[in-house]
Amino acid sequence: MASSTLASATSNWVPRRRPGLRTRLLRHPSARIGGLLLLVVLLGALAAPVLTPYDPIQIAPPQRLQQPSRTHWLGNDLYGRDTFTRVLYGGRISLAVGVLSVSLALLLGGSIGAASGYWGGWLDSTVMRLSDILLAFPAILLAISLLAFLGGGFWNVVLAIAIIYTAPMARVARAAVISVRHEEYVDAAGAIGAGDARVLRKHILPNAIAPLVVESTLRLALAILAEAALSFLGLGTQPPAPTWGQMIAEGRSVMTFSSWPAIGPGLAITITVLGFNLLGDGIRDALDPHMHST
Amino acid sequence: MLGVVTAVFLLIRLVPGDVVSQMIGLEGSLPRGRVEELKELFGLNRPLHVQYAEYVSKIARGNLGKSLRTDRSVGPELARRFPVTLQLAVMGLLVAVAIGIPIGILAALRHGRLADYVATAFVLLGLSVPSFWLGVLLILLFALRLGWLPPTGYISPAESLAGNVQHMLLPALSLGLVLAAASTRIVRSSLLEVLGRHYIRTARAKGLWESAVVLRHALRNALIPVVTVIGLQFGTLLGGTVIIEQIFALPGIGRYALEGINLRDYPVVQGAVLAIALSFTLVNLFVDMCYGFLDPRIRYE
Repeated sequence: MASSTLASATSNWVPRRRPGLRTRLLRHPSARIGGLLLLVVLLGALAAPVLTPYDPIQIAPPQRLQQPSRTHWLGNDLYGRDTFTRVLYGGRISLAVGVLSVSLALLLGGSIGAASGYWGGWLDSTVMRLSDILLAFPAILLAISLLAFLGGGFWNVVLAIAIIYTAPMARVARAAVISVRHEEYVDAAGAIGAGDARVLRKHILPNAIAPLVVESTLRLALAILAEAALSFLGLGTQPPAPTWGQMIAEGRSVMTFSSWPAIGPGLAITITVLGFNLLGDGIRDALDPHMHST
Repeated sequence: MLGVVTAVFLLIRLVPGDVVSQMIGLEGSLPRGRVEELKELFGLNRPLHVQYAEYVSKIARGNLGKSLRTDRSVGPELARRFPVTLQLAVMGLLVAVAIGIPIGILAALRHGRLADYVATAFVLLGLSVPSFWLGVLLILLFALRLGWLPPTGYISPAESLAGNVQHMLLPALSLGLVLAAASTRIVRSSLLEVLGRHYIRTARAKGLWESAVVLRHALRNALIPVVTVIGLQFGTLLGGTVIIEQIFALPGIGRYALEGINLRDYPVVQGAVLAIALSFTLVNLFVDMCYGFLDPRIRYE
């Protein structure tokens, strides 16, 4: 009886290919929701001029501090500017700072970490010692100190956030490279005469890239938060260009009169960060089938 | 430690601009001779390595220098402000532990049920809400709308203990919520893993109360990753005090650092950043020592 069930079960069993990465990602619930949230934010930022008839910078004193209405969904700020419009345009700066700074950190930290993990020796110990020192500072404090002396502005914020994320990125890259460094196929590639650059690029990188992709996505969430905190403190991109952090700071100063100028941009930050966090979790699960979702 | 000291020194000096040109920028132009005189006074015209040697030897003797603007010593000022920041950080940590650990335990015990989903939603939101925005929302709700708590300001515990706690409650909540979410996440996943182990089945088979199984057998073994994460996140918490102190107008070290930064007051920034970074290093050391207590198998030579 038992053997016949087993036999029929085996005969029906057809080996099935594991679905590809894109399918796994599209099927993952948190990746879906995260991707959707980010799509909304991205479209809102890009299509801002089509989505709203108002100007994000032009002031309109007669309409200052109006409550939300059908024409002004999130009300107006102290200078009469439409809060919803400014939130949409603010997304451009936040997303640009996030993507640029994390890419820069990935490029810098990734190559330093990979080199350090691949060659080891004095290079490795120097890199590790330096990153120990950088990691001894709370990240945001380091960014604040850097900006205080570099001055605010778009590119300096990108640079400051990239610098604080270089050390953690280098650590992840180093660990990933070390984990495949002594695999047989790496030794084999070296044995048939491939040079260091070729081994790193063709054999190590493709097998060590997964943790870096996950780290970058989750870092994007942190970078958006860092950018918001820095511009909240007045160290970010300077007014009148709208940024979410600076809008919250302005909203805070008028909150005895109207709470909407502070609420709108905070919601936008939360949605964006949530999107990157969910997407990052989804990518992690999709790349690593052994990892059960938490 | 010396690395941190050196990094702080270089960080401040390698970027363009100095206190004298900044003061001139603020107060209009000065005759050329006067600029040199001021630089001489602050020791800014000497070579970098001389400034560095002097700086390190002073720190080794516990002398953090004087503010270039107010001429007050940095050391005593830091000592006066340190309790505020420490209280904020500790209360933030308490908020995190008091909220994060129970919710994490609940989520693990009710795995896959409603309470678990609510906890997961709390984690996701907690990790995505900026703490300074949360601070603003809490002020809006509890101070302006309901009028239960004061919006900003500080009262020392010596003056009024109740007043002190009232003023620190909202800042501690806004600071601690992110860490609460992070601890919920790690308590949940770590406890779930431990609950599947054989010794838990054995403990249940012995007929122990479920509470004894969870608290004594499971939780204790699940705590090591929790302590690691809380320890690592404590740095974020310390960094967060800079922003939270600014929002709630608390006279702590973070606010001192920001004031120093805005005025390019090197000794102030140096002292404040150094104080925060060194506290962070000490916390990490303390966390390492906690492992030995939680897991007797870990011993330090």
